[in-house]
Amino acid sequence: MRISSGKLLHALGLTAVVIFTLFPFFWMVSASFKTQADILSSPPVWFFTPTLQNYAEIFADTKVSGAIINSLIVATCSTLLAVILGAPAAFALARYEFRGKSDLWFWFISNRMISPIVLALPVYLLAIQTGLLDTHLVLILIYLTFQLPIVVWIVTDQFKSIPADLEQAARLDGADQFTIFRKIYLPLGAPGIAVSAIFSFIFSWNELLYALVLTRRAVQTAPVVATSFMSGYELPWGKIMATGTVIVLPVTIFALIVSRHMVRGLTMGATK
Amino acid sequence: MSEAATSAARRKPNRGYGRWTPLWFLAPAVLTLLLIGIYPTIFALVTSFRRYNITRPREGFPFVGFENYVNVLTDSTFWSSLFLTAKFYVAVLPIQVVLGLAIALLLHKPGMGLLKSLARVTLVVPLATTYAVVGLVGRLIFNRDFGVANQALSIFGFGPIDWLSTQDGAFAAIVIMDVWQWTPFCALIFLAGLSMVPGEIEEAARLETSSKLALLRHVQLPYLLPGLTAVMILRSADVLKLFDMVFVMTRGGPGSATDLISIYIQRVGFRIFDLGTASAQAILLLILTIIISRLYIRLLYREVH
Repeated sequence: MRISSGKLLHALGLTAVVIFTLFPFFWMVSASFKTQADILSSPPVWFFTPTLQNYAEIFADTKVSGAIINSLIVATCSTLLAVILGAPAAFALARYEFRGKSDLWFWFISNRMISPIVLALPVYLLAIQTGLLDTHLVLILIYLTFQLPIVVWIVTDQFKSIPADLEQAARLDGADQFTIFRKIYLPLGAPGIAVSAIFSFIFSWNELLYALVLTRRAVQTAPVVATSFMSGYELPWGKIMATGTVIVLPVTIFALIVSRHMVRGLTMGATK
Repeated sequence: MSEAATSAARRKPNRGYGRWTPLWFLAPAVLTLLLIGIYPTIFALVTSFRRYNITRPREGFPFVGFENYVNVLTDSTFWSSLFLTAKFYVAVLPIQVVLGLAIALLLHKPGMGLLKSLARVTLVVPLATTYAVVGLVGRLIFNRDFGVANQALSIFGFGPIDWLSTQDGAFAAIVIMDVWQWTPFCALIFLAGLSMVPGEIEEAARLETSSKLALLRHVQLPYLLPGLTAVMILRSADVLKLFDMVFVMTRGGPGSATDLISIYIQRVGFRIFDLGTASAQAILLLILTIIISRLYIRLLYREVH
């Protein structure tokens, strides 16, 4: 009897974990299928006739679709740039000893921790001066400040795990470092590069503060537009929750793909 | 160098292994970070010594020495906002550590394969959810009239709470949403720690004692400590930069009940447009962050050096 009660508690505990982690998500998705009347009913209703009206509305709204396209452009371009710039740097960090290497590590870790507001202020002023305010480019560049460290960090780890014998053999064949990087490290490190790219994408897709400060009408990203619905007297809750669902769903799928690496991505490798 | 020597060097198999080779690989990333990270930081440092209110351009942007810093350090709102951030950290951290550890132990316990994998996977959902969207959902959940939080309370016989319009209610609401979003992070870190305990040691200990607490304290705790350090430091940095969720949920209000430091600086910079003062505040925040990340490296990356 003792064993089975222990098992029961274990099962109950795990079920509680699933409910805890999924509830707000579930509540958002279910609200996105509710009519305004159902959302405003007090106490809230759990069972209702679902409607696709909210989704029809946001997909017809060029503001929302435009914002999603903006988010896609910014997240994709900045992720690509982060990989192109970060992978070679990771190679150098994984394979060479040089002066200032630990300072470089320190710099990367600090970047993970610095509040975006620290950079948002000067970049805003610089963007006004250079006419870059409200362009995709300024967001792509500023997102690199947190993407590059992530890419360098994860890819360096991956590169370090590639056996040195392979490199030795290639050296004896007369390959130079650039060839070794291209022919050995890039293909063998591809899984790590993919994981780091997915992380970069998630972080920039989710970002709000820079996007809020550095964009006006033209390049508002999805989180900014979702937030902008939050004004006025009667909030269009269904539309807001539908937009939220559309924003969160793709990154959640991405995150599930890299779920095994989530800790590494969020701690910059401090714990495996 | 003679011509013979250079051609010999060229024929050597270790072409491209010179002292400067790492530089070619590093330069693009480092130059980019210098341009987008360091240059703006220096710009902010310079701005912090100026009177810089862009709503009053006619006054120009004169250098005023340490005036902004003196103003910031004697500004009671700045200090109370820092204090509030510390209070928030003290409120969320113990809950996240305890809940996270409990979840990690549940996931570490043998058995329940399928349900366990499901729970493990769902932990990722809060971590990936767009912070701003967490704020939007929070506003719906904690609505006084049609929010599900009050519905849950009414089951236990508690009257409706006006969460987002009262000081304590709003603070509690952002604490709850932060706990929801970041507890899985703690759980995953502790789970990684627990899985580092060598299997045979854990089994031997389980035979020795039936007390779960003794097992936790004497066998598993040493493996959990690095994770705990990481959690404490990373979460402190995260709280200092917490903006999106709180901004969407409460805008720092009501009053100054949820006016965390990043929210406050954002308001000084982009609502009042006093960029000189805001830059001084940001530089102070940066210094605080650098101290924290130094600590992180000291405690967790000793092997790198």
